[in-house]
Amino acid sequence: MPLLQIRDLSVHYGAIQALHGVSVDVHEGEIVTLIGANGAGKSTTLRAISGLVKPSGGQILFDGRPLHGLPPHEIVRLGIAQAPEGRGIFSNLTVDENLEIGAYIRKDKDGIARDRTRALELFPRLAERLQQRAGTLSGGEQQMLAIARALLARPRLMLLDEPSLGLAPRIVQTIFAIIREINATGTTILLVEQNAHMALRAANRGYVIEVGRVVLSDDAKALADSDEVRRAYLGGH
Amino acid sequence: MASASLQERARALTPPALPTLVRAWLPVLVLGGLTLLLHFVVGPAVGPYYSKLLMDIGINVILAVSLNIVNGFTGQFSIGHAGFMAVGGYTAGMVTYYGGLSLWGSSLPQGGFLGPGELLFALSCLLGGLAAAGLGYIVGLPSLRLRGDYLALVTLGFGEIVRVLVQQTDDVLFSAEELAAVPVWTLPTKVGGALGFTGLPFYTSLFWVYLFVSLTLLVAFRLKASSHGRAYLSVREDEIAAEAMGIPTTRIKVRAFVLAAAFAGIAGALFAHEVGTTLNPRELGFQKSFEAVIMVVLGGMGSISGAGLAAVVITLLPEALRSVADYRMVVYALALVVMMLVRPQGLLGLHELWDLPLVRRLLRRGGGAR
Repeated sequence: MPLLQIRDLSVHYGAIQALHGVSVDVHEGEIVTLIGANGAGKSTTLRAISGLVKPSGGQILFDGRPLHGLPPHEIVRLGIAQAPEGRGIFSNLTVDENLEIGAYIRKDKDGIARDRTRALELFPRLAERLQQRAGTLSGGEQQMLAIARALLARPRLMLLDEPSLGLAPRIVQTIFAIIREINATGTTILLVEQNAHMALRAANRGYVIEVGRVVLSDDAKALADSDEVRRAYLGGH
Repeated sequence: MASASLQERARALTPPALPTLVRAWLPVLVLGGLTLLLHFVVGPAVGPYYSKLLMDIGINVILAVSLNIVNGFTGQFSIGHAGFMAVGGYTAGMVTYYGGLSLWGSSLPQGGFLGPGELLFALSCLLGGLAAAGLGYIVGLPSLRLRGDYLALVTLGFGEIVRVLVQQTDDVLFSAEELAAVPVWTLPTKVGGALGFTGLPFYTSLFWVYLFVSLTLLVAFRLKASSHGRAYLSVREDEIAAEAMGIPTTRIKVRAFVLAAAFAGIAGALFAHEVGTTLNPRELGFQKSFEAVIMVVLGGMGSISGAGLAAVVITLLPEALRSVADYRMVVYALALVVMMLVRPQGLLGLHELWDLPLVRRLLRRGGGAR
């Protein structure tokens, strides 16, 4: 059974339908990516999983359990953490305080300390800036903080929304390397990206979303090689 | 190498036991000492006028620091703080006035420092705080699902409702004989109406004011430094992100509201029993709420010492500028507008006084390197 099962998910924003029956499976240990153009409904799918928007139809099962009707803070407790689009860091708090809030749902002090150390080893840049206000970090560092903070919730499934957004290519490389590393230690990842090239290189499987529907799904490598994806998203011929 | 740095970090994270104990209790000792010093040394030395001024300052500090928990820490905008103060004041007033009548047949103060009368007063302060907190919960639960301006309007409406309800009460109070005959729940119908609840015993002293100032400050500072308090700040920073971190944002906002209301209620109880004030609905109307907001905004949204300092300044200002005191609301409003334009986070923002570079340098020079 997949860790996350999305069945026929529909979402309306007022009169506008953003998702028309999207179905996605994520298995334990995978990196799965949703790629597609701006406004295709990728972020909406993530927001529906984390409870920030209410679906108008369909089902989301996490570990076999329906998430329907749960508020976001309950969904986090089930083991789904996210690094939201635009990062959503707490800019007037220090880097360390941001990390502490990431572990808000946990009570195991030793475990938190261990995970904090691990997160700082993954992101040495953050270790140097622990006492700095998060708002003064560079864009790349803020993205790192958003991922590190999600890591401190010790999620089984991590949702990443456009981690490459607005970042220089070198930093994007670094961040994707770390995403793979996080996955290698057992965290399942659902990754939403416009940067299809990077996303498909990191992921095991991918889904292509266009105007609220899944139009293609396959192994990441097969998708990267397919003509349709190359033409539409990878700038190939 | 990695394991060595891990050990180092772990050591850095575990503070030694004795200094921790000292750091936990030092503020309590210092504040308690200051309270006694104010009551027994400073008060008698400066005389009744300045004592009253010091009490006014203390009451306003409680108001500002408690409102700061809602407006500063949690980033909500409540402009009905005086409503909670009124609820606390009237509740406490009924306890000491009618309680005194039924216990001793007189509403005059009974006994001296920490005597039976003052113990009843202490109880009335706690009950006043409790009543305000309960109302804070009832008002907060539905209205904290609202945001920004809508919440501000609800709190404003709440403050006005309290004021108008108090105005409708009977201005002839129950006598001692009547009191024995009527049921307890009818007491709130006779608390002085528009004329005010007169004849309350003057129990409020520097001791009681600064005892509760100390309590308010301790709770506020502990909250700000705790991980629970960090959740309050995260709600203010980005509510959606906070929710996505697993923080139950509505519950946190209601808690902030209840806590702030409790302290406002205590401030109201102190105000009710102070020499030279009358507990009446006019005093605890929108102007008072607005004054509390000004203190928080000027001092810094989220800065405890900033809000406290602003409370001191705003209490002293009308005293110092007696001749133009009538225009102070104009000055406050102007100050608020300028502040919102130039420095919306308040003078200090989230920082405390001792976070300022200048003060830091002074502390380092005075106290030696740390």
